[in-house]
Amino acid sequence: MAELRAPDECGVPDPMPFMHPALRENYGKWVFHSHPKPGVLYHRAENGTEVWTVKFGTARQLDGYTIRLICDLADKHADGHMRFTARSNVEFMLTDESKIEPLIKELNSHGFPVGGTANSVSMISHTQGFLHCDIPGTDASGVVKALMDELHEEFIKCEMPNRVKLSTSCCEINCGGQADIAIIMQHTKPPKINHDLVANVCERPTVVARCPVAAIRPALVNGKPSLEVDEKKCICCGACFPPCPPMQINDPEHSKIAIWVGGKNSNARSKPTFHKLVASGLPNNLPRWPEVAAVVKKILSVYKADAQPWERIGDWIDRIGWPRFFEKTGLPFTKYHIDDWRGARATLNASTHIRF
Amino acid sequence: MAKKLHDTPLLDQLESGPWPSFVTGLKREAAKKDIMVDLLGQLEESYKTKKGFWKGGTVGVFGYGGGVIPRFTELKGADEKPLFPDAAEFHTLRIQPPAGMHYDTATLRKFADIWDKYGSGLIGLHGQSGDIMLQGCSTANVQPAWEEINAMGFDMGGAGPALRTSMSCVGAARCEMSCYDEARALRTIINANIDDMHRPALPYKFKFKFSGCPNDCVNSIQRSDMATIGTWRDNIQVNEQQARDYMKGHGMDKLVNDVISKCPTRAITLRNKADAVSGDSVSTVAVDDQHVMQIENHDCVRCMHCLNVMPGALLPGKDKGVTILVGGKSVLKIGATMGTVIIPFMKLESDEDFEKINDLSRNIIDFFAENALEHERTGEMIDRIGLVNFLEGLDIDVDPNMINHPRANPYVRMDDWDEEVEKANERKAAA
Repeated sequence: MAELRAPDECGVPDPMPFMHPALRENYGKWVFHSHPKPGVLYHRAENGTEVWTVKFGTARQLDGYTIRLICDLADKHADGHMRFTARSNVEFMLTDESKIEPLIKELNSHGFPVGGTANSVSMISHTQGFLHCDIPGTDASGVVKALMDELHEEFIKCEMPNRVKLSTSCCEINCGGQADIAIIMQHTKPPKINHDLVANVCERPTVVARCPVAAIRPALVNGKPSLEVDEKKCICCGACFPPCPPMQINDPEHSKIAIWVGGKNSNARSKPTFHKLVASGLPNNLPRWPEVAAVVKKILSVYKADAQPWERIGDWIDRIGWPRFFEKTGLPFTKYHIDDWRGARATLNASTHIRF
Repeated sequence: MAKKLHDTPLLDQLESGPWPSFVTGLKREAAKKDIMVDLLGQLEESYKTKKGFWKGGTVGVFGYGGGVIPRFTELKGADEKPLFPDAAEFHTLRIQPPAGMHYDTATLRKFADIWDKYGSGLIGLHGQSGDIMLQGCSTANVQPAWEEINAMGFDMGGAGPALRTSMSCVGAARCEMSCYDEARALRTIINANIDDMHRPALPYKFKFKFSGCPNDCVNSIQRSDMATIGTWRDNIQVNEQQARDYMKGHGMDKLVNDVISKCPTRAITLRNKADAVSGDSVSTVAVDDQHVMQIENHDCVRCMHCLNVMPGALLPGKDKGVTILVGGKSVLKIGATMGTVIIPFMKLESDEDFEKINDLSRNIIDFFAENALEHERTGEMIDRIGLVNFLEGLDIDVDPNMINHPRANPYVRMDDWDEEVEKANERKAAA
């Protein structure tokens, strides 16, 4: 133990030494921004300092070559500094407007899409999937790569009515988060239990407590302590799987993909909203998930054509109503769209407000 | 030179197309490292079978109880030997980035070099909680890799039932909407409570997030147990030149349809100059020689819409501060919950203000630690005990800004109503 170094519990690093000097010098002193073109933001500080930000997309999972390439480009064009956004885009800050075009040209030559600003479909917020998660129903990086290939034009053109934030999640825990359009794994069968392993692997009271619908109870199976699931109660959420891996919830055939829309965290116009279920039953069709891409693109094309400027997807549906959303997108409305979880009554239409 | 690549016909299909390919990146590392050759082999198997093959375990660094995500392969042959032995251990180190995710190239290169030496070379920038994710490390290499990273001045992030790595928006560094020093607030709170990150002993995870304005660019209201969101309580500031520029560029139609009619509380009116109203709570700006736009700031809910549409012309007020919301979380176990207001407004400028928010954070963590059930998030705990019990535990006064509307049912015992009225009157007198 003597050689082990005690950690320096230094906490979150101060961003100031890492920050682009123009940002550091004008910290808290910005007065104006504009969007000169897709992928480029302009900011002005009260002393007249001007900064142009060039934003580009990445795969998020970056190999050493790509990280060093981004560093080389930042050294050459952006004074050796950069920042990352919450959606894994990179931002280079420039103080010289004439550097914008050469930078964009070079970024594009290396395959980095420049965009993701203003009314674009930005990079998809996503999870770990098969690459690193212990409970994934599907992959994350692959879904994102396949979808962003399809949505590339919307990333670089910024022609949507307002921002569009997408997320993907490989299980119902939804680590990808709330979004204008969220793509989330939906299990449709109760867990398959390996009773030989439960007693050794799982802390049974913990697993029982995790179930949102109290469908799990301790049981003796083949003389061994195990757990059993009341399959009529089970909502197939997978909450039992992380604390008890022998309760396998992922099903290569029956785990499907669902699409949710209208989530928004900004307070702009309406209060923040959670996304709502609009489609499910889509196959987990690796490696390019074409059925998912088709639904996402259909929703986006209807939204783009029909929404007013500045309406997010949720704002747009608030105006046109859910019946017309389903009509215009061609997505079938089923009994599963009607909520029956706690608080569901608040989601019913308690009025005669009906659009004809 | 690494060993020969496994055939990956499914993953290969993710190398074409205009978006940067993570598969191409993995293959670049696989040309140098056996761990990545076998990672690709296992990933291809996942694509083929639609199954995941990782299980957790216990791997850590000396002195800390969390921050490493252990991954051991479950893909084994009949002889119990891993099918892809060089990626049989593929752990992740979560490292906290500088607040706002600013980097210089020397720092990023150093991360890449360390991860070349000890890991797979694959770095995720960033995870959903904002961590730098150094992915793909053998158990033996975790400690030496960590020591080099720690020597750079970077610290481990959170995992398990612990305080988690935090995020703040770009904020004051490059945004005119910023209403407080987000990075300072983040570092004040996280660094003061770092023990709860490194030694997981809470009922479940606890997340702080910091957004400079109600646009909430880091999604604090849905993704954090305590959200600190910038706001202001005086009048929206105006800049006539910028307002006239907007009008010139966009015209009256856009001003009416995109700005005025989209105000959620109908706080904005367009008037002929001669009909302009005056008042302490009214922001007035001329948009052309004939018209003024007027905002009744008492009706404004600080939603940010008009500021977003007319940047520079409308700006947050001068009396800035923050709103604190508590209880945001994702699905497990009761369904997603949004953070709700517990402090409608507090200043966040002086050292004393930062001390105050730090104390509040500590009190909330303490209350959570003492009162939440195992694996229960703060929002679920509040759902179970009621907001009032939570507020009383923290000695926070009730405020009508905390609700959408008052109770709509009579199912409550109210025999101390008179005493509560007395308290309300005292609060009113003290305000």
